[in-house]
Amino acid sequence: MSSNDWPLWEVFIRSKQGLDHKHAGSLHAADAQMAIENARDVYTRRMEGVSIWVVESKNIHASNPSEGPSLYDPANDKIYRHPTFYKLPEELKNM
Amino acid sequence: MAEEHLERIFQDKIDEEIRIEPKDWMPDAYRKTLIRQMSQHAHSEIVGMLPEGNWITRAPSLRRKATLIAKVQDEAGHGLYLYSAAETLGITREEMIAQLHSGKAKYSSIFNYPTLTWADIGAIGWLVDGAAIMNQVPLCRASYGPYARAMIRICKEESFHQRQGFEILLTLSRGSEAQKRMCQDAINRWWWPAVMMFGPSDESSPHTAQSMQWRIKRFTNDELRQKFIDVCAEQCTILGMTIPDAELKWNPEKNHYDFGPINWEEFWNVVNGHGPCNKERLDARIKADAEGAWVRQAAFEYANKKKEKEQRKVA
Repeated sequence: MSSNDWPLWEVFIRSKQGLDHKHAGSLHAADAQMAIENARDVYTRRMEGVSIWVVESKNIHASNPSEGPSLYDPANDKIYRHPTFYKLPEELKNM
Repeated sequence: MAEEHLERIFQDKIDEEIRIEPKDWMPDAYRKTLIRQMSQHAHSEIVGMLPEGNWITRAPSLRRKATLIAKVQDEAGHGLYLYSAAETLGITREEMIAQLHSGKAKYSSIFNYPTLTWADIGAIGWLVDGAAIMNQVPLCRASYGPYARAMIRICKEESFHQRQGFEILLTLSRGSEAQKRMCQDAINRWWWPAVMMFGPSDESSPHTAQSMQWRIKRFTNDELRQKFIDVCAEQCTILGMTIPDAELKWNPEKNHYDFGPINWEEFWNVVNGHGPCNKERLDARIKADAEGAWVRQAAFEYANKKKEKEQRKVA
C-alpha cells in the first residue's frame, strides 16, 4: 500500500438537533479523527451541521440495484398498508 | 442480460429523468465521458485557486483578504466534492492527479491567464465565476446522481463568489481615475477568455450531441455563451465600464446581443499548453504534490501505528 492510499470515508451530517444524519459525501483521511476534521472543513463551512458521523466506505454494504425488483417485490401488492386503502364515510373527519 | 437490452433500460431511465447511481449499469462511454468531464472540472477548481491565491497576501483590506481566503477555500472544497463524486465511477484519486500532472487530463483554460492587478480578482469573480455558474446550474440536473448532488452544493456556494467579484469592480469603478483604468483594463483582459470558457462553438464541439442525449449537458456551448453575454452586457452598464467588443450590440429581432468573432486560435493555443501560465500552473501543482508527500505518509504511518496499538490492547 503506498503512502497515498488513505482510505475513503463516507460522511453523514446532522444539520440540526432533532434531525437524522444525512449522507453528505465522501473524503479521504488517514484515520477517523482526521476524517471528522476534514469533513468539518469540506462539508460544514457554512454551519451546515451540528454533528458528524464518518464511516470507512469499505464497511458499508449496499443492496444490488439489479436485484431491486425482487428485493422490493413483497411490498408491491400490499396497498392495504396505506391509510388511503380504506373507504370510510365522508362525515368521519380527522382520521 | 444482453448489452443492447441494458443500454435501452439505461436510456429509458435517462429519458424519464431517473438519476443514474454508481452501482447501476451504464455504458462504458457514459462512464468515460463522466470521468473526463468531472475530473477536468475538479482539476479546474484546484488549479483555479492559484491565480487568486496570488493576491491573498496583497488584498487591499482585511475584509477583502478574509473574503478572498473564504472563496479560495471554497474552490478547494468544490474540487474535493467533484473528486469524490468522480471516484464513484471507479477511478482513484491518485489516477486523476497523475493524469493532471502528465497533461492527459485538462483543466479550464481560463486559469492559464495571469492575475496582474487587484482588479483581476474582481474580474475573475464577476466574469469567470459568472461563466462557471452559467455552466454549472444546468449540471445540477445532470443524469449522474453523485455529479448532480455535488453541483447543487457547489452552486449554492458559488453565488457569493460572483457577488464579491462584482463588488470589488464596483468599488474600483467609483474610485479614482487610476482605479477606474485598472478596472477597465482587467475587464479588457478577462472578457474574451471568459467568453471562451463555454468551449468551442456547437459545430466544432464533438461531444455535445452525445452528452445532450445522456442529459449530462442540457444546453449547448453556444446557447450558454449567448446567455452569459446577454447578462454581462447589462451588468457592465452598472459598472459604467465597456465590454471590449466593438460589435457588441442589442439585436431586437433575435432578442439577444450580437457579438464579434471569437479568436479560436488563441483558445486552442491555450488548451494545447501554450497559454501565458500553463507551465507555471502545472509546476505549482506538481511541486505541492511532491512537497506534501511526506505529510501524507507520516499521517498514514501514524494512523497505522495507533491502530496496531489498539489491536494489541484488545488482544
